[in-house]
Amino acid sequence: MDAILLQTLNGLDKGSAYALIALGLTLIFGTLGVVNFAHGALFMMGAFCAVTFNKLLTLSTITLDPEKKDFLGNPLQVRTPYIEDWLGPELGAAIIDWSVPLAILFAIPVMIIIGLVMERGLIKYFYKRPHADQILVTFGLAIVLQEIIKFYYGANPIPTPAPSAFAGSFDFGALIGMDPGTIIYPYWRLVYFAFALLVIVAVFVFLRFTTFGMVVRAGMADRETVGLLGINIDKRFTIMFAIAACVAGLAGVMYAPINSPNYHMGMDFLVLSFVVVVVGGMGSLAGAVLAGFLLGILESFASMTQVLDVLPGINQIIIYLVAIVVLLTRPRGLMGRKGVMED
Amino acid sequence: MSGFKMNRRGLLKSGAVMGAGLAMPTVFAGRLAADGHAFTNAPTGGTVTLGFNVPQSGPYADEGADELRAYQLAVEHLNGEGDGGMMSTFSSKALNGTGIMGKKVEFVTGDTQTKSDAARASAKSMIEKDGAVMITGGSSSGVAVAVQALCQEAGVIFMAGLTHSNDTTGKDRKANGFRHFFNSYMSGAALAPVLKNAYGTDRNAYHLTADYNWGYTTEQAVKESTEAMGWNTVNTVLTPLAATDFSAYITPVLQSDADVLVLNHYGGNMVNSLTNAVQFGLRDRIVNGKNFEIIVPLYSRLMAKGAGANVKGIFGSTNWHWSLQDEGSQAFVKSFGTKYGFPPSQAAHTCYVQAMLYADAVERAGSFNPCAVVEALEGFEFDGMGNGPTLYRAEDHQCFKDVLVVRGKENPTSEFDLLEIVEVTPVDQVTYAPDHPQFAGGSLGTCNPGA
Repeated sequence: MDAILLQTLNGLDKGSAYALIALGLTLIFGTLGVVNFAHGALFMMGAFCAVTFNKLLTLSTITLDPEKKDFLGNPLQVRTPYIEDWLGPELGAAIIDWSVPLAILFAIPVMIIIGLVMERGLIKYFYKRPHADQILVTFGLAIVLQEIIKFYYGANPIPTPAPSAFAGSFDFGALIGMDPGTIIYPYWRLVYFAFALLVIVAVFVFLRFTTFGMVVRAGMADRETVGLLGINIDKRFTIMFAIAACVAGLAGVMYAPINSPNYHMGMDFLVLSFVVVVVGGMGSLAGAVLAGFLLGILESFASMTQVLDVLPGINQIIIYLVAIVVLLTRPRGLMGRKGVMED
Repeated sequence: MSGFKMNRRGLLKSGAVMGAGLAMPTVFAGRLAADGHAFTNAPTGGTVTLGFNVPQSGPYADEGADELRAYQLAVEHLNGEGDGGMMSTFSSKALNGTGIMGKKVEFVTGDTQTKSDAARASAKSMIEKDGAVMITGGSSSGVAVAVQALCQEAGVIFMAGLTHSNDTTGKDRKANGFRHFFNSYMSGAALAPVLKNAYGTDRNAYHLTADYNWGYTTEQAVKESTEAMGWNTVNTVLTPLAATDFSAYITPVLQSDADVLVLNHYGGNMVNSLTNAVQFGLRDRIVNGKNFEIIVPLYSRLMAKGAGANVKGIFGSTNWHWSLQDEGSQAFVKSFGTKYGFPPSQAAHTCYVQAMLYADAVERAGSFNPCAVVEALEGFEFDGMGNGPTLYRAEDHQCFKDVLVVRGKENPTSEFDLLEIVEVTPVDQVTYAPDHPQFAGGSLGTCNPGA
């Protein structure tokens, strides 16, 4: 029982990342009709926004400590972040400690700009091209983005810790009346899950309850008619691309403490996220979120020792097996709409 | 209906082509060297070309870049430039800074991408197109085994870079291949006594193992060495090489009776699994009345950096570390650090030493002929290269030397100061018989000069 509960929790945080990436993918596909293989790279760029923000906060003055020696026997360089000089050691250290959540403020404008540049500079030229062309060009773009990151940050993962207040784990088992120590869960993963829910709800509220969102949804249903009503739907779709990039970026920012960011992390999520979109139903936002959590949880269950003892290797194929079963029984996915990608 | 007809002229042409083909033993053409023996890519002019096959892209690109820096430094030193590095501390005095046998050393590079097929292709290109007489480098056992086999076929020497699997000098050993780096067995043998002192003999270990060759041999080595001192192995679980989030593998550890987690992971796998294990509070747990402990059998400073503060207090083993105080290590660190501004990694060290050992063997053999080089390296004893007295054992072409047991440093003074040496395990303690079961099933065969 406790193992099942624990794997469900594991699946929720993994599913949160899948859901957020798949949500952005679906937004772009639903509005612009573009299959964006660079979406994983946007997730990675978000994580590197956290890395960059941390580096900016830790820009330092260098003084030499003659008492200590470096590896060559020269006086050791001691670095003191400017922010600690300016705001005092305690406040400066606290801000650096909270660099990941604070990086959200940095990532939002950065990711919106990246999204706008991507859409206006490249993607818009491929709206009327076949999906195969879109996949090729966005996949190429993803490789370019990850090589740029590798050039500046190297190939090794870069540790980007959560604030020390969330560094540990808590005894979830004791909280629900089970034996202490049976279900331990990291604080930051719960924060990530809550953050994912918040972003998902915010996107749905935005689309459902704002005029802008209403126009976008109308455009997703019938782009031509909305255009005939004198509404510049292209402009709104461009903004939606930037919002989707921002959602992926924020997912990446908050994911940075879970696994140290590296240039390849977007590719690790990309294929799985596309499976999530297909299982959820192409163009269905609710389907993407549902399938994200569902597949995250299933993947966690498939990694249980008890399951692996019976079905060795199932953890590596479970998502694809589920995708096959869903597509055989519900060809449009769990919540797919008729007519999407069927022409 | 047209049928196949062979006339006399056609038969002669076909016979000539076939004869020429048969006369060429492989795709690698041999050349007659000054010593009168033909071998692949015998240097004929005033230069000799070495092939540095390192990961320049992919997940181990940073390690590959450090290897390449070390090779460039070695080439400088061989050609008499720079401060000479470890040439001055090397016990053999055959090298004199005039290249190798008077020929200026040049080099070409290949990108292994840490993929066996890509590594073979780049090595093949360096041998066939660039005339490399020796191939060296790499940051993975899969790559090392694949390139070693290619070099054996091609008739060139392979001086392995960072490869830790037992199989490189075990079941996949080849006469033309040599490994300076230590191996999984040595990690297990070096770690066991330290772990016994630190954590006692009554422990339950849970292994998470990367699902590929290196993972298997490391798990076996650590499992056997810890069980031999009384530890019990609770479970061994294979994790996909492509895994990034290990939470689903960590949580069953919480529900087992284990009080030690052994992470048979390297690179990104190690960084992520260790980070996840610490996040799940394993290091704060008390199980069976003991503190829960984590072990990383193979440490790399470059990888430890990726795991940040999570490495603090965690034991592992390493081939070499820049903080060693022997004359050879200090000379290398000074030379490398002055040129590049940071200390070398263990990958850089082993690659530098391999390039030097090859050059020295050629000088001592008086020939670039791979068979002469093999003879010069087999049973070669040397010192002054940073690991104390070392033997290149003839039976399996594995170097035997002291092994370092290290621990993540609690209070690092710089970004390079991540590991502290807790014990220099003497070579006798990590030496095994050539027919040890963990290395069974292989045979060196005979050296291949390629022509």
